[in-house]
Amino acid sequence: MEKLRYALFTGCTAKESTPEQMMSTMAVANKLGIELIELTEASCCGASHLQDYDDFLSLVLNARNIAYAEKHGLTMVTICNTCQLNSAMTKHRLDNNAELKAKVNAKLGEVGLEYKGTSQVIHFLYAIIDDFGLDKIKEMVVKPLSQFNIAPFYGCHNIRPSELQNETHKKAENPYNPTSLDDLIIACGGVNVDYTEKNKCCGFHAELQAPRTAAILTGNAVAGAMDANADWMVTPCPLCHLKLDTQTHHASVAIGREVSLPVLHMQQMLGLALGCTNEELGLKHHVTKVDFI
Amino acid sequence: MGTHKITTQDVTFKVFRFNADEDYLPYYKEYNMEVTSEEVVLDILNRIKWDHDGSFSYRRSCRHGICGACAIKVNGRSTLACKESMKDMIELFGNEIILEPLSIKRAVKDMIIDKADFWEKHAKVQPFLVSKIDENPEAEHLVSPEEVENLMDADLCIQCGACHYACPVVEINDDFMGPAAFAAAYRFEADVRDEAGTSRLSEVNQEFQGVWDCVKCFECQEACPKDVNPIEKITKLHNMIFAKAVATNNVATRHAVGFKHSIAKHGLLDEGELVRYSEGNIGVLKHVPVAIKMFTKGKIVLPWNMPKSKNLDEIKKLVKSSSTAKF
Repeated sequence: MEKLRYALFTGCTAKESTPEQMMSTMAVANKLGIELIELTEASCCGASHLQDYDDFLSLVLNARNIAYAEKHGLTMVTICNTCQLNSAMTKHRLDNNAELKAKVNAKLGEVGLEYKGTSQVIHFLYAIIDDFGLDKIKEMVVKPLSQFNIAPFYGCHNIRPSELQNETHKKAENPYNPTSLDDLIIACGGVNVDYTEKNKCCGFHAELQAPRTAAILTGNAVAGAMDANADWMVTPCPLCHLKLDTQTHHASVAIGREVSLPVLHMQQMLGLALGCTNEELGLKHHVTKVDFI
Repeated sequence: MGTHKITTQDVTFKVFRFNADEDYLPYYKEYNMEVTSEEVVLDILNRIKWDHDGSFSYRRSCRHGICGACAIKVNGRSTLACKESMKDMIELFGNEIILEPLSIKRAVKDMIIDKADFWEKHAKVQPFLVSKIDENPEAEHLVSPEEVENLMDADLCIQCGACHYACPVVEINDDFMGPAAFAAAYRFEADVRDEAGTSRLSEVNQEFQGVWDCVKCFECQEACPKDVNPIEKITKLHNMIFAKAVATNNVATRHAVGFKHSIAKHGLLDEGELVRYSEGNIGVLKHVPVAIKMFTKGKIVLPWNMPKSKNLDEIKKLVKSSSTAKF
């Protein structure tokens, strides 16, 4: 197989509050022989909030990020569900609206850039599943996770809205019955846990504005995984991770029940199965201790 | 015609049963049926009532996806029973299908819920054209096709409640107006004939009940059987709240604006500064305990170590030239 190469849009958390996500991404890419070329020019995607204030500015900034991936002639890979949504939604809107695309390009032209629409935007999870292949992952697993019940937490922006599904992965994922993360858990040798909250919201985006609502959603998610007898949770989204990993105290108070589970990034789970070390995967950077290793 | 083949499948239906007059708690009753590939969910509801239990209760009327009466949940998914094909549901969820009312906590009898909260919230946004009508106009009041486009299909809403009861915030926060009310608010805010001024926008701008409490989960967009796309309208309302100067200086509005400040300065988001800017110097203190825990785990970047995007001058220039909002 030809070596897989992607332009990596890290997003902001990988550089700040979830360093372990960046570390594990690079460790896993290294193990799998995937080349990730970091888009160091990229800006914040606006995290679905900038657009509430200034939709056009949000489009221009996201188009600029994708334009850099296009310059490399590579598919853009994201490692955050919300980065994925904002980038893919920008692409969707510009590719389907020539007038809007021209307006955005008029601005990008001022800094010598152009958005063409030639690069796909996909989350790393789907790059691994669609392009690398789970069968190959299975062959490469050296330390199967067979002793663990693992609760997948999908994160809204990878599975909704479904209008983007056909553009971002080969096998469209149904938001009401997603399977990708379950498939990855199984490929890593783990036991996937089914529970109601796996495709629900963690509350991250309303944490400051609606703290009680956000805390209850987090609490429900962790409680759901605990009640389904999960040993730990896994997510492809660093924002879900921040909520589930660092906010369990507020969540416990909000739902009136002590809840807490270790939460791994999807890259960390895969890294463990592939034999990466705890240091390479940054497991010490979790607020809820990863106590099973 | 002629080549189309009707197939059948055995399905177990687990059906929510509850009668508020007789039961303390709901229960699920199982019905095994042979389902054809031609049937919709409403056909199943009918067969349960006609063939199994005449007391089984549900709402139905038009049978054509226009009255909005028959919305229920199939395996947790909001849907219009008369529009949803059983074949698709079996494909998605397998041969065990769970039928429940849109909201279990508002159940009255079986699939029938008390929708009062939906209508109260809907009424709050003045879901009608506010306009002084000239009873003897001298000319037609023309609305151009472009101006109609601006409604973005928000007028297609049939008030079925599918999105409202799919919304996790509605489930938690009794005051939250919900996606259907917001879509209705947008429908009239976007109408060039409307003269409501800022009253409607002020209503949806209120903290705890308004658009700022949306968690951006996109459940409403998935749930809507008419492709109204409520979350798109919620974003539009956010934009209008800023554009028409209805926005108040609070944690939610500062949070949206804070992204621009941070991007203009670093390219990337300064997470710590965003929280400080949104919450204010006093409000930010409540985040200190979690911040300390995060700091000890190497999850906080101190201001002097804040990373910056390469070619930051481009970003600065674009933020300046492409900004359309003022607040």
